[in-house]
Amino acid sequence: MVELRVERVFKRFGGLLAVNNVSLAVEAGRITALIGPNGAGKTTLFSIISGFLPPSEGRVFHRGADITGMPPHLVARRGIVRTFQIVQPFAGLTVHENIAIGAHLSRRSRADALDAAAEVASTVGLGDLLGRPAASLTVAGRKRLEVARALAAEPELLLLDEVLAGLNPAEVATMVPIIRGIADSGVTILMIEHVMQAVMRLAEHVFVLAEGRIIAEGAPRVVVDDPRVVEAYLGHGAAARLSAAGGAHV
Amino acid sequence: MRGPSIAHIVLVIAVLATVPLLTPSNVVLNFLTVALLIALVGQGWNVLGGYGGQYSFGHAAFFGTGAYVTAILQMRYGVNAWIAFALGIAAGALVGAAIGALTFRSGLKGSYFALVTLAFAEVLRILASVAPITGAGVGILITLDLRPQAFQFQSRAPFYWIVLALLAVSLIIVRLIERSRFGAWLVAVRENEDAAKAVGVDTARVKLAAMTISAAITAAGGGFYVQYFLFIDSGIAYGPWISIEALLAPIVGGIGTVFGPLIGALVVKTLGELTKLIAGDAPGLDLVIYGGVLILIVAFAPHGIAGLLTDLRARFARLRSSVLGRAHG
Repeated sequence: MVELRVERVFKRFGGLLAVNNVSLAVEAGRITALIGPNGAGKTTLFSIISGFLPPSEGRVFHRGADITGMPPHLVARRGIVRTFQIVQPFAGLTVHENIAIGAHLSRRSRADALDAAAEVASTVGLGDLLGRPAASLTVAGRKRLEVARALAAEPELLLLDEVLAGLNPAEVATMVPIIRGIADSGVTILMIEHVMQAVMRLAEHVFVLAEGRIIAEGAPRVVVDDPRVVEAYLGHGAAARLSAAGGAHV
Repeated sequence: MRGPSIAHIVLVIAVLATVPLLTPSNVVLNFLTVALLIALVGQGWNVLGGYGGQYSFGHAAFFGTGAYVTAILQMRYGVNAWIAFALGIAAGALVGAAIGALTFRSGLKGSYFALVTLAFAEVLRILASVAPITGAGVGILITLDLRPQAFQFQSRAPFYWIVLALLAVSLIIVRLIERSRFGAWLVAVRENEDAAKAVGVDTARVKLAAMTISAAITAAGGGFYVQYFLFIDSGIAYGPWISIEALLAPIVGGIGTVFGPLIGALVVKTLGELTKLIAGDAPGLDLVIYGGVLILIVAFAPHGIAGLLTDLRARFARLRSSVLGRAHG
């Protein structure tokens, strides 16, 4: 079943075409990754899906319903919750209070929201930091907080925007099983990620965005060997040179 | 959960309620009545500014509307003073909702929001200074009728208890907001609007609701003012003085805290009286000292007096634990 479908979406900022005729589908219940070089339009696409930006053209469907141009809070109430690449904590609040704001989406009572928040905090490894001000967290802590707050909103579809960026290898290694755990609990995940080692381990399907266009898609193994993908990252002609060099070694 | 309990609020109000029993002095009661009135008006500002992070410079718009509606309904239409007072609060809320709808729908934030609220209050002031219904430049005098059913009293004590009761209601409202989902959403809007939207908070609606509640509380202050002083004109009702009082009390006392506006109003008003005493006859000197002390408070207690107390308590706790730790080691 298709959780999310993006159809022929364009986004122009003045003369810049940030998203250029992108169509993609995210299957329910699995982890899909969106990769691509810096400036490819990944975060812009996330903003369009989550209602923060209207597309210039094209449509976004969630479980068959057209959600194009729906305001962000209604998109969130439908079950699509995003995190932010540049973390956006409620800086003056504690970790516990931050996560509780997410939990309030489906819980009216303050006590219920705080209980749920404590539970979510322990699943992402913030259980010991509940009383700390969000502003005092390390980069890794803030990334976890982004995930925790979104998760507390009990999304059907979780949009993770580079939650591994800026983490050291040990921190990445602890986050990967957390993301896997979220997916195993039945949440569909669409993740923007640069850390390829994590993408290879987590994603079942990968879309590659470069200069606003989808240039490849498929299983992670297939995609990373695609010459178009290699060239998008390393420059024109790189694929040929690499395969020539690789061939020489064989 | 942080913040005082309802029992704390009841205790504070009970202590304050004994003042007229302890002293018959009109000077003391008058001083405290005005201070509590400012606390009430400041509590209104605190809902929107302190919890919601939307700094209004135009709370006079709500204070003045509460005052004028209370006065006009009584003097021009013969409505009972208490009913006029209640309708004044409703009218203030309505003006809050209207200004909120206009400003938040157009996405005004920060200093733009502050300037536009100031502009609304000024427009109302100018309209009130020329419109016949508000008594234009002359203002409105409330006819003396010293009966409780006319919301007028022989002595000051009943006025004092009424403004205290209004303040008590506002304290409880704010405490209930603090403990509710709406309060959590309001604070989320203050801290980060985009993050709030991403987890389903309808930020425009939350701000609008906060502004309506905020305006209603401040309008109650305006209505009380009219009954207490029995006079209102455009400069008092919609003048910048009350917009400044409304934000000064919570800022000095501690914004986004239940007791901040009350603490702030008492400190600011006491300071005002003390500087007058110290400065004696030198004209304007009291205001210079007053301004200087306010600068010191804001410089050394950026989270207000309530914040300073919390900081000191935390520092004391750390000091004690480190001393104890050393004793054990």
